Amino acid sequence: MGMKFGVAALVALSGPVHALDGEILVHDPSTVITHNGRYYTYGTGNGLPVLTSEDGWTWKRAGSLMSAVPGGKAGPEVLARGGNNTWAPDIIHVGDKFFLYYSAPGTQPKSAIGLLIGRTLDPQSPDYKWEDGGPVVWSDGIEDSNAIDPGVLLGPDGRLWLTYGSYFGYIRLVELDPRTGKRRYPDRAPVNIAINSEASILIYRDGWYYLLVTHGSCCQGANSTYNIRMGRSRKVTGPYLDNMGVDMIEGGGKLFAASRGRHVGPGHFGLLDLGAGVQKFSLHYEADLDRGGVSVLDLRPLLWRDGWPIAGDNLVPGTYILESARTGTVLELAVQGSPVGGFRPRRGGPPGSGIVGSGPPGGAPPAGPPPEPREGPPIADQDPAQVAANWPATSGVRLAPAMLQAQQKWVIAPVANSGGYPGAPFFRITIAGTERSLTAVAGGEVSATAFTGLPEQLWRIDQLTDGSYRIVAKAVPGTSDVLALSAVGSSMPTLARFDAASDRQRWLLEAP
Amino acid sequence: MNNAAKILAFCIAGACGIAHAQQEAPRPAAATLTQPKGASQPVDARGFIHRWLVLEPVPVPGRLTEAAVQEALKSAALPGDALPSGGETVTINGNSLTWHAHDTLQYNFNLYHFAWSLSKPTSNVLFWAVTTVDSPGEMQNVRLAIGSNAASRWWLNGEPVIALNDDRQSVIDDGVSRRVTLRKGRNVIRAAIINGGGATDFCARFLDENDQPLKGLTVLLP
Repeated sequence: MGMKFGVAALVALSGPVHALDGEILVHDPSTVITHNGRYYTYGTGNGLPVLTSEDGWTWKRAGSLMSAVPGGKAGPEVLARGGNNTWAPDIIHVGDKFFLYYSAPGTQPKSAIGLLIGRTLDPQSPDYKWEDGGPVVWSDGIEDSNAIDPGVLLGPDGRLWLTYGSYFGYIRLVELDPRTGKRRYPDRAPVNIAINSEASILIYRDGWYYLLVTHGSCCQGANSTYNIRMGRSRKVTGPYLDNMGVDMIEGGGKLFAASRGRHVGPGHFGLLDLGAGVQKFSLHYEADLDRGGVSVLDLRPLLWRDGWPIAGDNLVPGTYILESARTGTVLELAVQGSPVGGFRPRRGGPPGSGIVGSGPPGGAPPAGPPPEPREGPPIADQDPAQVAANWPATSGVRLAPAMLQAQQKWVIAPVANSGGYPGAPFFRITIAGTERSLTAVAGGEVSATAFTGLPEQLWRIDQLTDGSYRIVAKAVPGTSDVLALSAVGSSMPTLARFDAASDRQRWLLEAP
Repeated sequence: MNNAAKILAFCIAGACGIAHAQQEAPRPAAATLTQPKGASQPVDARGFIHRWLVLEPVPVPGRLTEAAVQEALKSAALPGDALPSGGETVTINGNSLTWHAHDTLQYNFNLYHFAWSLSKPTSNVLFWAVTTVDSPGEMQNVRLAIGSNAASRWWLNGEPVIALNDDRQSVIDDGVSRRVTLRKGRNVIRAAIINGGGATDFCARFLDENDQPLKGLTVLLP
C-alpha cells in the first residue's frame, strides 16, 4: 500500500520525542532482533556489549557477547587477519542458528569481519554459547577497502548477503552460505557497490534491493555529521542509484535520516519488521541532547512512499483529531457539540424558503448589486474545559464529521512506568480539558471514562508503513485477544483484530 | 565503525607517522593514476577533468571547520602564484614537496592512492591541485562543479569560486560555483583539498546554464 496520509501537520504539535527508555547508551548497534519474546541488540565496545528489552521500549545492558565465546575474545584467525577491537556487529537468524558478524579492525584499513554462531540469544538458556566461525572477509591494509561494519540480508529467494566497508574505499558485497554463515564462493572477488561510507546494510521490498549507508563522521558528539543515505537496485549486485540517478559507487545517496529535534547524527540503520504493515528501524544517534550528548539507541517507524523508505518519527505527545481512514469521520465523545463561535442563522437558502438572504419564489432576481461581503472578527477556538462543563455524564464515543469542536479533540500523552513497545511508551487518549479517556470495555467496545491507569486505558500507537496509525489496547477486559480501534459503518468505533489489508483499523492523527 | 575522528586522534598521537616510517620499501604506482600522454586531453563524456598537477601532501592539523580550513590554507600556502610544472619542487614549512602530473583513469582523482603510492601521509594533510582548461570561445553563465573528500577551496582564474567545509564524501557536483565566464583559451583551476582521515579524492567539471556538463573543453597542464 502506498503512502496515502501526510504527517507533516504533526510537526506543529508540541512536546519532545524521546529516544528509548532505560540503559540505551550504545554506538553502532546491530539490527534489533527478537528471540523468545525479547529484543536484543549488540554494539561497539569491549566484548561487544549486549542490550536487551522485554518490550522494545525499556532497555538494559546485559554484559558482553564475547563472555560467551570460548576464550572470551575473537578467534586467532580473526585476530591475525584484523585486530583485537570489537566494533559494529550485525546479527541475523537463519534456520536454527544466529549468525553474528562483527568488525575486528587492527590498524585500519587492515581489518577483518568475524563470525560468531549461536543457537539462542538467551543467556539463561543452557544452550547459550557462541562459537567462533573465523574471519569471513578481511582487508589487507592496502586495498581500497576497510573490512568493518557488516550488514546482513536474507533475500526473498533465501540467499544470504553481507555488505561491509568504510571510508577507505569501497562498500563491498559477498554472498554467504545460509547453512554456515560463511562465504558461499570464497574464491570470487567481492562486488563493489558503493564508496566511502559505512554502516552499510541491504533491505528488500517489492522487487527492489535498497542499500542504506551512513555518510559523514561519527564520534564527535553533537559535532558529528552522520546521516543515513540510500540507493536502490533491481539486482542485489547493483548498481545502486539514488533518486537523481547517481550511482552510490560515485558518492550518490538519497537522504534517509538526518539530525532532527534533540538528536544529532543518525547512523547504523537496521530493519525491524513486526509484520502486519508495521515496520520499524533501529539506529543510533551520535548525540542525544536530552542525555548530555551521548550516543543512544532508538527505534522509529519506517514508512514507504513512491518506492523509497521514509524515516518516520515516533508519535509526538499533543492534541489530535483521530480521523478514521475507513470513514473519514472523527472520534468524538458522544455529546451534542456546539459550533465554534456559537450558533448562527443559515445565510441564504433555496428561493422562497424564507431563510434570511434567500430570494423570492420565482420571478426576476433581486435588483441592484449584491451586498458587499464583510469579514468578521476572529473566532476563538473552543475552550475544552469550559465547553466540557456543560456535557452530560455520558461515556459513549462515536464517529462524526470533523467540526473542530471540543468533544473531538484528544490529548495523547505517554503514561510513565507503564511499559511500552518498540520505539514508544503506552499512551493515554483523553478528551482535552477532561479526564474522560478512551477505554477498552468488555465485549470489544470502547468508551470514555475517568482515567485510572488500568491497562484497558493504555494504548499502543504504531505508525504503519503508509503513514496512518494503528491504535491497539494494551488489554481488553474479558479477552486475551489483541484488539485495535476500528471503525464500523460511518459512526461507530469499536475494537477488532487488526487487518493490514483494510482501512478499518487505520487512523490519521491530525492537528486540530 | 570507522570515522575521521578516530583516525584524527590516531594520527595526532603519532601513530600515522610511525606507520609510514615503517613502510620503507617503494610502493607500487597508484592503480588509478597514469602519466599524461599527449599535450592535451579532452574532458570525458560527462565533462570530468582527468589531468591534474598535484603537490605532495602538506601536513596540516586536519580539522575541517571554516576557521580551521582558513588556518590550514595560511600555513600550507604556496610560495607564489606562478603556475607550477611537473617535477618542480617547492618548500612549505621546511618540507620539500614535488608537483606530480597525472591523468586519472576514473572520473575522480584519488588523492589517497596518490599519496599512499608515494609513501606520504594520507591523513591530516592538504593537497594542492592545479590544471588549465582550454575553452574554444568565451562561455558565459557556466559553473564549476566539484566534489571533494573532504573540505576544499577552489579558484578559477585567480578568483575564489567554491568553498566546502567539514568532513564530507566526494559527491559529484557537491559544490557548485556561482555563474562564471570561461575565457577563450586557457583558464586556470586551482584547488586545495584538506583531509582529516580515511579516503580522500576530488572530481571537477563545468556545467552549462541547464546544469548539463560542458563537453567541448580541453585540459592541458600549466
